[in-house]
Amino acid sequence: MPAGFPLPWALVFLPWVGALLLVALPRERPAALANIAVSAAGFVLSLLLLWHPGGTQGWTHVDALNLPLVVLSFLVGLTTAVFSLGAIAAERFDLLRLRAYHVAFQVFMGAQALALLADNMGVMWVAIEIATLASVLIVAVHGTPPAIEAAWKLFILCGVGIALALFGTIVLYLAAQPFVGHGDSGLSWTVLHGLAARCDPGVLNLAFVFLLVGYGTKAGLVPLHSWLPDAEAEGPIAISAVLSGLLLNAALHAVLRAKAIVGAHPDAVAPGPFLVAFGLASLGLAAFALWRRRDARRFFAWSSIEHMGLAALAFGLGGATANLAGLLHMLGHSLAKSAVFFGVGHAAQLKGSQKVADIGGLAASHPGLGWALALGIAAVAGLPPFALFASEFLLLVEAAATRWWLILPLGIGLLTAAAAKIHMMQALCLGDPTPDSDDAPPAWTERTTLGPIWLHLGLALALGAALPAPLAALLDAAARIPG
Amino acid sequence: MTFGQLPYDVAHLLGGGMLLLSFMLLYQRRVGAVINALAMQGGILAAAAAWQGVVQDAPQLFLTALIAFAAKAVLIPLALRHLLRRLDLHRTVETALGVGPSMIAGVALVALAILVVLPITAGVRAIAREDLALALSVVLLGMLMMITRRNAILQVVGLMTLENGLILAAVGVAGMPLVVELSTAALVMMLLVVGGVFVFQIRERFDTVDIGFLERHRGESP
Repeated sequence: MPAGFPLPWALVFLPWVGALLLVALPRERPAALANIAVSAAGFVLSLLLLWHPGGTQGWTHVDALNLPLVVLSFLVGLTTAVFSLGAIAAERFDLLRLRAYHVAFQVFMGAQALALLADNMGVMWVAIEIATLASVLIVAVHGTPPAIEAAWKLFILCGVGIALALFGTIVLYLAAQPFVGHGDSGLSWTVLHGLAARCDPGVLNLAFVFLLVGYGTKAGLVPLHSWLPDAEAEGPIAISAVLSGLLLNAALHAVLRAKAIVGAHPDAVAPGPFLVAFGLASLGLAAFALWRRRDARRFFAWSSIEHMGLAALAFGLGGATANLAGLLHMLGHSLAKSAVFFGVGHAAQLKGSQKVADIGGLAASHPGLGWALALGIAAVAGLPPFALFASEFLLLVEAAATRWWLILPLGIGLLTAAAAKIHMMQALCLGDPTPDSDDAPPAWTERTTLGPIWLHLGLALALGAALPAPLAALLDAAARIPG
Repeated sequence: MTFGQLPYDVAHLLGGGMLLLSFMLLYQRRVGAVINALAMQGGILAAAAAWQGVVQDAPQLFLTALIAFAAKAVLIPLALRHLLRRLDLHRTVETALGVGPSMIAGVALVALAILVVLPITAGVRAIAREDLALALSVVLLGMLMMITRRNAILQVVGLMTLENGLILAAVGVAGMPLVVELSTAALVMMLLVVGGVFVFQIRERFDTVDIGFLERHRGESP
């Protein structure tokens, strides 16, 4: 790779060029295979980032915080594309919808990469907006009343959210204006982070509140979460994995960047307590809401709210250990939750319904899927030895050491949510099998489902049980960035 | 730059005009009149952007003004009118909160915006901080409209005034980078939301239709 090669932009434009290619393919199978090819190329290219020297390059920026998230995004993008090859037949898309689905998927992947890699806060905002618009399109693609309702809710709520985030971005520039003068550098995260200590603390506070509420809506933090269960339950089956595993991470990453800027000023409001409050509210509401779900995909969407809340809580505590817990939680959640969505999605196609009552006894009727899904749910519930256990344990230890009063609500929330998930695992995987639907997908689709699930679970296991030393060093460096 | 100087006075006149139109949007009882007020607000926004272009000597703001005028004062209002006829919607505004209480809440929100913005921005140039207070008022009134109106078109109108407030803030901050790009990106979102209403013929905000119907769709019923 020649020096100065704009690798971050290549990562953004590869999926977008791929989207143009996918418009041209008229048939389902070639389009799905091409989708896998584009995603695989993106993943390989994202691995090159590991050798990237880092630092700011124009509007983009590579550091320890966004590097693992970008690589993970492309990995989940690739496995989702593989799963989609098997899942897409049951969606019964017509040609227009098929094209819209693939194009929106790749546009989303490019925007996701840009949202994570952007150094310029304005560019980051535009990227999150594009990702939102693409996800609205994917959620609405079926055109059925529940899909339209979910898409409309996503559009209106996230529209307000990202509008508020833009206001926050403008105010952020206003804070830095006396020091940066004209030009793009006024919105550069690196520049703002360096200047923050000299900015007016009041203006920074105002900017942070708007950025937190705006991007927090996109991250699904309670009380701004109500779009999330609909969007993840009503869109095409493969999409829940990227909505839950990637989009939420990009939004939370934007919140962290804002937190880093405001946290760099000693007299500005401490951003931590806001995140702790959002985190506790998310954990508390989701832990109890989980018990009331009768729709399997909605159940796991609510679990995403819980996990984003836990990550926000960890970042709110701040400091290297809690930030490490938060980052590990984001990574582990993406891996485990998308694995579960693959399994639940395939089960829903087999049974012809996504209601919990219609899916049962998978371990008896489809042993491969049933046991993989059971393990996946165990990983999402935070059972050892998966990554989420490690991050939750780290979070509890850190909370006990610094804020003892957090232990009780945190413990109750974690236990209630974990119990709800074990209960759901028993309902879905054990017990008496329910009959399969008449038009269940062909047998080969089990392979495109189980491959991604086992890969994700293996990685979640590796993250939780034996963190490789280079990755540990990277995460350690990343944990120092949000402050 | 303070009161009594032309650049300051005109900028405030235009910003104040936008705020006034936000209140007009709240008390109209006919959907057609709401769309007219929205078009006027878009026109004033274009004028405000152009004026800032003159004051700040920033020619790119003329582009923002031109785009705002074409889209917000002409295109989107025409599209909304067409939609109103095609969907045969109620011509009267259905409110979740009456006009009187909405106006009182609006005044309270403007007071809030001023109380929040003015004290903390004491170090910033006067023209920017007062513009910001006006812009935040317009943003908050847009949100109020989205909360208190039931019809989908009026929700879109609320989102659009919210976005008008954002552009007012962006053009008011001298030297703001990427202002054209950001305002265009925000506009694309508005065009798509109007397009969404068009394509899917959304009449109502969803949470006001029969709850039982929704529960069935959401798979939450027993």
